[in-house]
Amino acid sequence: MTDATAGATPAVDPGRKSKSIITTDDNTRRRNRAEKRFQYYGIAAIGVGVFFLLALTFSILRSGLPAFTETAVSLEINLSQEQFDEAESKLLKTGAYEQLFVQALQQQLNAEGEGDVEVEEDAVGRIMGNVGSEIREFYLANQDQLGEPVTFNVPASSRVDRYLNGGLSRESLAESKFLTPEDLDIVDRLVEAGTLTNVIDWDFITGTDSGVDNPGGAGLGASVIGSFFMMLVVLVLSLPIGVAASIYLEEFAPQNKLTDFIEVNISNLAAVPSIVYGILGLAVFIQFAGLPQSAPLVGGLVLTLMTLPTIIISTRASLKSVPPSIRSAALGVGASKMQSVFHHVLPLAMPGILTGTIIGLAQALGETAPLLLIGMVGYVARGYPDGIVSGLMDPNSAMPAQIYTWAARSDPAFYEKAWGGIIILLVFLLAMNALAIILRRKFERRW
Amino acid sequence: MSNTLLALIVLALGAIGYVIGRQRALKATDGDQRKLHSLPSYYGTNVLLKTMVPAFLLMLVWLLAQPIVVDRSVRAGLQDESVRQDRSVSLVMTDVRRVANGLGIAVEQGVMSRDEARSLDTQSTDVRARLGEAGVALGSDVTPAVLEAAQQYRGLSGTGDIARFALVVALALAGLGWGVRESTPSFRARNSVERGIKSLLILASCIAILTTIGIVLSLVFNTIEFFRIYPARDFFLSTTWSPSFGGGSELGILPLLWGTLYISLIALLVAVPIGLFAAVYLSEYASKRVRSVAKPAIEILAGIPTIVYGLFALLTIGPLLLRVFGDDTVGWMDGGTAVMTAGLAMGIMLIPFVSSLSDDVINAVPQAMRDGSYGLGATQSETIKQVILPAALPGIVGAILLAASRAIGETMIVVLGAGAAARLSLNPFEAMTTVTAKIVSQLTGDADFSSAEALVAFALGMTLFVVTLGLNVLALYIVRKYREQYE
Amino acid sequence: MYDADHNRTENRVGQTDIKISAKDVQVYYGTNHAIKDVSVDIQDKTVTAFIGPSGCGKSTFLRCINRMNDTIDIARMEGLIEIDGENIYDKRVDPVQLRAKVGMVFQKPNPFPKSIYDNVAYGPKIHGLAKNKAELDEIVETALRRGAIWDEVKDRLDAPGTGLSGGQQQRLCIARAVATEPEVLLMDEPCSALDPIATSQVEELIDELKQNYSVVIVTHSMQQAARVSQKTAFFHLGNLVEYDDTEKIFTNPQDSRTESYITGRIG
Repeated sequence: MTDATAGATPAVDPGRKSKSIITTDDNTRRRNRAEKRFQYYGIAAIGVGVFFLLALTFSILRSGLPAFTETAVSLEINLSQEQFDEAESKLLKTGAYEQLFVQALQQQLNAEGEGDVEVEEDAVGRIMGNVGSEIREFYLANQDQLGEPVTFNVPASSRVDRYLNGGLSRESLAESKFLTPEDLDIVDRLVEAGTLTNVIDWDFITGTDSGVDNPGGAGLGASVIGSFFMMLVVLVLSLPIGVAASIYLEEFAPQNKLTDFIEVNISNLAAVPSIVYGILGLAVFIQFAGLPQSAPLVGGLVLTLMTLPTIIISTRASLKSVPPSIRSAALGVGASKMQSVFHHVLPLAMPGILTGTIIGLAQALGETAPLLLIGMVGYVARGYPDGIVSGLMDPNSAMPAQIYTWAARSDPAFYEKAWGGIIILLVFLLAMNALAIILRRKFERRW
Repeated sequence: MSNTLLALIVLALGAIGYVIGRQRALKATDGDQRKLHSLPSYYGTNVLLKTMVPAFLLMLVWLLAQPIVVDRSVRAGLQDESVRQDRSVSLVMTDVRRVANGLGIAVEQGVMSRDEARSLDTQSTDVRARLGEAGVALGSDVTPAVLEAAQQYRGLSGTGDIARFALVVALALAGLGWGVRESTPSFRARNSVERGIKSLLILASCIAILTTIGIVLSLVFNTIEFFRIYPARDFFLSTTWSPSFGGGSELGILPLLWGTLYISLIALLVAVPIGLFAAVYLSEYASKRVRSVAKPAIEILAGIPTIVYGLFALLTIGPLLLRVFGDDTVGWMDGGTAVMTAGLAMGIMLIPFVSSLSDDVINAVPQAMRDGSYGLGATQSETIKQVILPAALPGIVGAILLAASRAIGETMIVVLGAGAAARLSLNPFEAMTTVTAKIVSQLTGDADFSSAEALVAFALGMTLFVVTLGLNVLALYIVRKYREQYE
Repeated sequence: MYDADHNRTENRVGQTDIKISAKDVQVYYGTNHAIKDVSVDIQDKTVTAFIGPSGCGKSTFLRCINRMNDTIDIARMEGLIEIDGENIYDKRVDPVQLRAKVGMVFQKPNPFPKSIYDNVAYGPKIHGLAKNKAELDEIVETALRRGAIWDEVKDRLDAPGTGLSGGQQQRLCIARAVATEPEVLLMDEPCSALDPIATSQVEELIDELKQNYSVVIVTHSMQQAARVSQKTAFFHLGNLVEYDDTEKIFTNPQDSRTESYITGRIG
């Protein structure tokens, strides 16, 4: 181990000099540059992903938020009994009310010192839509309010809405018979006078869908109820069935062909495209079992079958995370296998099971494709169901299906509604995911 | 609803059985539960299970079987009518069912009495008009044979309903009696209950098998039906897709398959590099803080429903692409919906899918492999490129196959973003359509379910199912082999 | 008297030939103080063994010498380690270049999932040691010969490295480390996953390697330390208790803890 022996070894290059590590050589510098480049690719990939998320969020908020507000004229009308009788005696009853509205509008403008704005009936008709019938319906229903001042919030037409949101230009109206550029002058003056204002459109959140010709009146409410009933079915069926199946597979199932077959089935079902579940629902529940089309019950059944694999997989994971020592302890004091599972393992796994179930439900809530096939899109929700049974069996829509219906309509005014519907849908999903995260944080146990 | 009532009765019998079983066991030992084999509640539960489970099973099976049996016996008498109307028996059968349903609704609403519905004939009454009063709209006048069949249908169903009611209640009572008789102190109630519960657990696990069978059967039967009226050769080999509900449709799957694969390819070209690099960066480079922000941010993309991506494609990506590649500039694109539009949206959707799968795969590469490479003086990127990624390659290939299967089965994005025209073209800025989009459009119209134009959707579904299933099985196999390598 | 004289001569020779010099090294894993005040001079062309009970910090210290601890987030190092008089924790030092000079062999054989040839060629390729294929072939052959495995694998260089037996895999890993022409070779319990026959093969190899390299080996087997090393350092609870000629450590330890360990009373 002296220099002499080392020198005698032919394997070592005698001229080899110890390389300094302080000075970086060219090769290392080149490699370090490659290293940096590689890191930048990674950062760029993350950046692109986050950018897409932001673009999506921005897109949704920018296009969807206007759906929650509407432009409305707030006007105080004081109708006397005589005016009411006179209007009712006319041939064109709603026209008479419209005149009354125009008079009241002119009065209010005069009172505010904006008297130079001339409002005429045709223009009001275009700006406000059929305001007359709305006023008439109110007074027919509330005749005792005659002779007292009543404040009306009358929504303007959806085109005016879009004009004020910047979605409609003056130029595009040149040929339109629904709204003329001159009308827009009046709109501008009304806005200046503070008569035409932006108010929250509660009808969008609570109301029901409108016809294809009235985008302004379209609401999501009924389909929210439809989704709610579907989720009820999914929860009631998939939680017990999913938990039961998981308990069997995780705790009791012997290693045999049947168990293997079930496991293969579950992992494959989790990856079957959702549209195929739609075909299953159509063929089995509607064609074969004769259940009604468009019913939340059928939607719920289809979504249950679709969610079950997800729930079973997550439930098994949480059962697996309960350490075997708990089971041995229970068996050790003389509990039966069944008792050890139901008294000890299941309660400990419950938070995980619930978290998985909520996430499965959230997935089911946003699913659209199978609903297309079982008729929840063909049907447009126009009324609330009354009672549980009709809620399950009567035709209804669901949130994502309603959004799709709007997106598929040719009038671009419905696009805004679709984006707005997405905001509501995402709020529900966020709430469910937040609940799942809170559950996990609160009850998570580390073994 | 007599089914609700029946279910309530069975539930009530079960509850009664629980109480009786428990009391009887306790009474036999003068209230001393130490002398019982099992806890008293097990005796109650034993009776409850024996009362309810067989009864409910019978009810379920009956509900499924009755329509088939009734259908078959009514159908047998419709041969002549089918020949006379020159329509298939199943079409006539649809009419019969509609009329029978209508009669039911009419009776329920009091427009007709029960007897009237039974004795109605086409000579003395305009059945269509009478049913119209009850709000049942029929497409055509009712022929005598159809009305008769409908009345027979109602009669059989009615008998079946009554028989079901009686038999289910009888079975529940029998179970209750059996369970109560068993409730003696020496009876091993706990073991019996546990056996029962275990059977229920097994039953629940078999739902997965039933679902698969349901999917396969509903696809297979309708596909066979389709190939009976449309030649399979044309379906698989024709390059034209032009359904027309008047007849004379050409239903070749090739343009649809091409559209599907093209869109999936673009989606993968977007998702795989971004997802893979993101996964590599997050698992090998990122600090804890960056990871705790970036990882959930990317995973949010996975939680967004596909309808949102569809809308994003239709209303944001499409118009944007049109502005860049449209007639105003290079003129490659005519409309907002195109292969590119749908492909990009789908790519975004798949990024988190690819990245989280790759993340798992990369983390499965043992630390010893990294140490070995660093110990030789490799930089981190050299280690990743030359050691980790090659080692993880099978797993990554599996992940890409799973992503491809997702892309092929995706519906909402292509329905909204890809367009409706079936064509074989190489231009990614042209509108094309996919298998899934056509399943939707063929089944959501008012088409007659026995026409080739509607049935083709099942053949398309079958193709889709087989392809995605094949990809999944292959992917899972590769991933499992890969995992075993490092265990 | 003779002993003392001999010692002095040894130390003199050692001082002229010091390859690695550590002064007051401290290592912390989070709040855990894993290495305390370790100072040691390791000689060139010598096999130095680190022994001690498990958890005494011998592996941790070894990993400091080629900065492998850098890859562990929570590890923190203080003090000075010099190789050929250059501080390896200097800001200007690139750990990549350092590790080319200080090779490492690990406890468990960890061949890459590549062919035998590619396993050995990996290091020379990334460090750019070969101008062309012929040169690379030569480097690979030399490395495999030095790893004493050439005769066993020369006919199947394209076979995967993971297909070899445990002892062959470990010698392949040593050949892989040698291929980058390091000056120091660190071995972290290189025989702990091997059977006795493979162990003796690797030990023979280590004995040959000391002609060209400064070899530092961590081992939990005192017999192995006695067989292969010339110098031995005994670590206990993060402290370097005693460092001397191997023969002296095993026959006449100065510290009572060392004596307890080699006689089997602790550890």
